[in-house]
Amino acid sequence: MPDSEPVVALVNVSVAYGATVALRDVTASFAGGAVGLLGPNGAGKSTMLRSLLGFVAPTTGHMRVLGLDVAKSPLEIRSRVGYMPESDAHIPGMNAVTFVAYCGELAGLPPVDAMQRAHEVLFYVGLGEARYRNVETYSTGMKQRIKLAQALVHDPDLLLLDEPTNGMDPKGRDEMLELVRDLGHNKGVNLILSSHLLPDVEYTCDQVVVMDKGSVAVNGPIASLKQPRGQVFELRVKTRGANIEAFIGSLRAAGLDCHATDEDVMRVFVPGADGARRLFAIAAAEQAQVRHLRPSVPTLDDVFASAVGEA
Amino acid sequence: MPIHDQGYRRYGGQRAPRGRAWAVIAKAGIRTRLGQRAFLALLLLSWLPFLVRAVQLYAAANLPQAAFLAPTPGLFRQFLEQQGIFVFFLTVYGGAGLIAHDRRANALQIYLSKPVTRAEYVFGKLAILMAWLLLVTWVPAILLLAVQIAFAGNVEFFRGNLYLFPAITMFAFLEVITVSTAMLALSSLSTSSRYVGILYAALLFFSEALFGVLRLVAGNTRLSWISVPFDLNQVGDAIFRLPLRYDTPWPLSLAVLVLLVAVSGFVLERRVRGVEVIA
Repeated sequence: MPDSEPVVALVNVSVAYGATVALRDVTASFAGGAVGLLGPNGAGKSTMLRSLLGFVAPTTGHMRVLGLDVAKSPLEIRSRVGYMPESDAHIPGMNAVTFVAYCGELAGLPPVDAMQRAHEVLFYVGLGEARYRNVETYSTGMKQRIKLAQALVHDPDLLLLDEPTNGMDPKGRDEMLELVRDLGHNKGVNLILSSHLLPDVEYTCDQVVVMDKGSVAVNGPIASLKQPRGQVFELRVKTRGANIEAFIGSLRAAGLDCHATDEDVMRVFVPGADGARRLFAIAAAEQAQVRHLRPSVPTLDDVFASAVGEA
Repeated sequence: MPIHDQGYRRYGGQRAPRGRAWAVIAKAGIRTRLGQRAFLALLLLSWLPFLVRAVQLYAAANLPQAAFLAPTPGLFRQFLEQQGIFVFFLTVYGGAGLIAHDRRANALQIYLSKPVTRAEYVFGKLAILMAWLLLVTWVPAILLLAVQIAFAGNVEFFRGNLYLFPAITMFAFLEVITVSTAMLALSSLSTSSRYVGILYAALLFFSEALFGVLRLVAGNTRLSWISVPFDLNQVGDAIFRLPLRYDTPWPLSLAVLVLLVAVSGFVLERRVRGVEVIA
């Protein structure tokens, strides 16, 4: 595969489960390195990963993974891809090292090499001490790690990680993200991290593909997406008669992007320069008092919120 | 920096050619069962009839008073029929969970995310059950044939009944393939091996009971084809060149068995997938 060729490319891919369309005419490419697949639940992230593995056949379009056509070479692709599913998954009745070695053998490793790599990979993911325990006795966090181990054992060129931090406690989550970051940045493994958690993607990935309602909303390098093409402000106002909706409507009518945060402060994206003056002008027109106005730095949250149209 | 980094390393070794995953699956499945004492006990128990028959062959060959025990082709047919009870228990014990447990643990998406085709997965699982069932049918029956030759000290009986070897092989494989594919298909329908086992037993007993009722009503045995065990009996008698025990033509019984295998294959094709789609 030439270096310039994307690791994964989708062209006009649509996938439907019966009457439900999960992917709508998706055209996207994933460069090498760590790429985040970001989107709210139900955006089509998991469906995209499953389609890349050949689990689900697209109704239209075609896909290439590592330079290979998914429709024509699914087995060759799977031998070079590691998949960490979102849901709890293991082979019943096995301890961790047997399970991971078994997965290695299924992927084509000789039994001795598979067992040796199973030990190494289990130490790498932090399960070295628990490797002789039956997987069914593992905690949720440990099950996430063992899923990563089975995806890694055959040394894939591409890792597909579907919500790898699901159900993990904060410490375990940090450790998992550290592993993912290490794999993507230090170990030369290309990876696609599917997540609905912005901080996970921002910490581990260099590029992001944002999905919403089965379509790609935005994609590109995270740093470039965060480049200011205007100004971002944190804004809190007091409106007459608590008519905040009318004020937000005025902001949007003026071409300003406005998103609520967890607190009572909203983040307002103002294209071009002179943002503060425009905000004061709109507030004056709406007879709203500006109680708090502070310039801010664009984050991936802004990109995400803007892409999926969150208010 | 540590002297030896225990972190992740790239793999530069050999990889096996594709198409052998079924053997990996079969080997792992067989090894798992061998670690279970109850299963081993059942296997040992299923070889008791072989010992009894071996003693019978020894007595017939060496004791003039036991000449009435002399072997006939029917002895091998009877032996395989007697083994049916162990085939039933082994099928339920060793087969009910083969796919059901994988479905319960979401293991199918692990298997199918590796370079393993659905056919390889099914064939690997089938090989596990077939191995156990052949171990209690074909292997002891063939050994019994060898034991007869050894105790008799000549090959007269074997030469006079040359069809026995292919007959034993044909019947044992027909029985094992039919039973294994049916159980595997049932196993793919549920996540509970207990439920699958009960369903399998219920289907067998219900079809036998239904035939019993119809036999009384119709006054003949032309409807024996509705029961799989009776179909196996009928085809088995035909293979061993024995008088047929039911009025059903044996090709019809064989057709039912072939149809059952085909339906099982269809069910497996529908159920063994990386993603379960509920549309």
